[in-house]
Amino acid sequence: MNNNYFISIVTLVLLMSCKQEVHLTRIEGKRIEINDSLSGNQDIENFIKPYRDYVNKGLDSVLAYSIATYTKNDGELNTGLGNFMADAVMEMANPIFKARTGNSIDIVMLNHGGIRSILPKGNVTSRTAYNIMPFENSVVVTGLKGTSVKAMVSYLQKAKRAHPISGLSIKLNSDFKLLETKVGNKPIDDNKTYYVATNDYLYNGGDNMNFLKQGDSLYKLDYKVRNVFIDYFKKVDTLNLSADDRFIKTN
Amino acid sequence: MKRRDFIQQTVASSALIGLGGLTLSSFSSTTQKKITILHTNDVHSHIDPFGPDDGRNANKGGVARRASLIENIRKENPNTLLLDAGDIFQGTPYFNYYGGELEFKLMSMLKYDAATIGNHDFDNGIDGLYAQFPHAKFDFISANYDFSNTVLDTHVKPYKTFVKDGIKIGVFGLGIELDGLVIKELYKETVYYNPTEIAQDMSRILKEEEQCDLVICLSHLGYNYRNEAEKPSDLTLARATKNIDLIIGGHTHTFLRKPTIVKNSDEKNVLVNQVGSYGLYLGKIDFYFDSEKNKSAKGTTIIV
Repeated sequence: MNNNYFISIVTLVLLMSCKQEVHLTRIEGKRIEINDSLSGNQDIENFIKPYRDYVNKGLDSVLAYSIATYTKNDGELNTGLGNFMADAVMEMANPIFKARTGNSIDIVMLNHGGIRSILPKGNVTSRTAYNIMPFENSVVVTGLKGTSVKAMVSYLQKAKRAHPISGLSIKLNSDFKLLETKVGNKPIDDNKTYYVATNDYLYNGGDNMNFLKQGDSLYKLDYKVRNVFIDYFKKVDTLNLSADDRFIKTN
Repeated sequence: MKRRDFIQQTVASSALIGLGGLTLSSFSSTTQKKITILHTNDVHSHIDPFGPDDGRNANKGGVARRASLIENIRKENPNTLLLDAGDIFQGTPYFNYYGGELEFKLMSMLKYDAATIGNHDFDNGIDGLYAQFPHAKFDFISANYDFSNTVLDTHVKPYKTFVKDGIKIGVFGLGIELDGLVIKELYKETVYYNPTEIAQDMSRILKEEEQCDLVICLSHLGYNYRNEAEKPSDLTLARATKNIDLIIGGHTHTFLRKPTIVKNSDEKNVLVNQVGSYGLYLGKIDFYFDSEKNKSAKGTTIIV
């Protein structure tokens, strides 16, 4: 291969030239911000342009309006942005699941790390959905016993992160001890089967949500999470998001 | 502890550290050589700059601007290497539309010298990654992923050496454990080996067998895991190895204001650097060498 050839030449040169001693005397390290004080290289700009034009054509039509800028760090245990994501999966995926199985989704669980951008104030487009959810993951539903749902609650309790959830409510005390858990306003029944919607990344072991694998059934809805958001944006006019009491800690 | 004092000193402000007695008089009768290492990590398909409304990233980033910056640095010092520490893919619709083709073509135009493989580079499967290889005019390096039973077999090398102005530079790559992070169907038969042991081997090979003057580790392990002390990271790696001069990191999207200085297993300094994500920053490390016969009173000054 090319590289081997390169290495042997280098070795030869080194052997022949009797390598000169060099000493590392000084190291200087810094980072340089890439910002608008730099002008873009025109060749690169020209190269990107046809790709950009094609992508933009598909992405920039306005679907909804967001009244504010939302981030995944807006709250400790639940956020407006995360709640929107989990609620959108509940609202958009449940009719499909119900039509196929006759059952309803009880809980939606996504992951905080999967929220990949902010949702900025202003026009909401398909691009917004791509930014928040760049990954190709799809919605899956699994039937979990109440005992596994309790393992989910325990995971959330330990994670102390605003993983997006819907259908489930958790109250902790100031020491993160469990005070109350409800699914659809009822306590969790160990023997009941709850239908939990998530994405295939988490179902397959992402973020170590191992309780998702304890179910006896798996339904692949062939519905990309990003398309859930795009369809939701088409359905609503205005996004007015807020944290609520679905996952809270008392003081 | 002394080491703590040392780190605090470093953190306090621009620190100037002399070891083994820095002699200013040693400037005479020597020729100085300068090697510049430029690096990015976790660019995640961010080709266009962020817009004016993009929160804290507003008006930052952009490949065309990065190209101008790199071009200027190369004009100033042609003895420059440009490296990427992985997660090139996934993050904007460019990846969803073109599968990484544009990312690799642009990195080739910017004359990247090498890149390592991040977990998200498997997002279209190992086959999806391999399909884009023809668009990359730079090498992929990874020493702790064994691709023998995959399509990438023979296409990824553990390390690469470069000679710039007579200085030999060895760069090896390291990747993060894929199990639990990437679906098995995507990475298929890729085998992950413990990066610490591999790094110990690699640094020995590059220093002793390849006789490199500079050894660089290009890592996608992550900077540090405070709550998982056992998990291999750039900081644990720096402490557990020797003969590595610089660890360029990624994965944790850690925005270091300046490189971290860590003592290695030989009590020598290693620089660990990472420039966050999305092409918002370019890391720049300059290594100055003197070629001189009198080796005795030499030390290395680190200015960060």
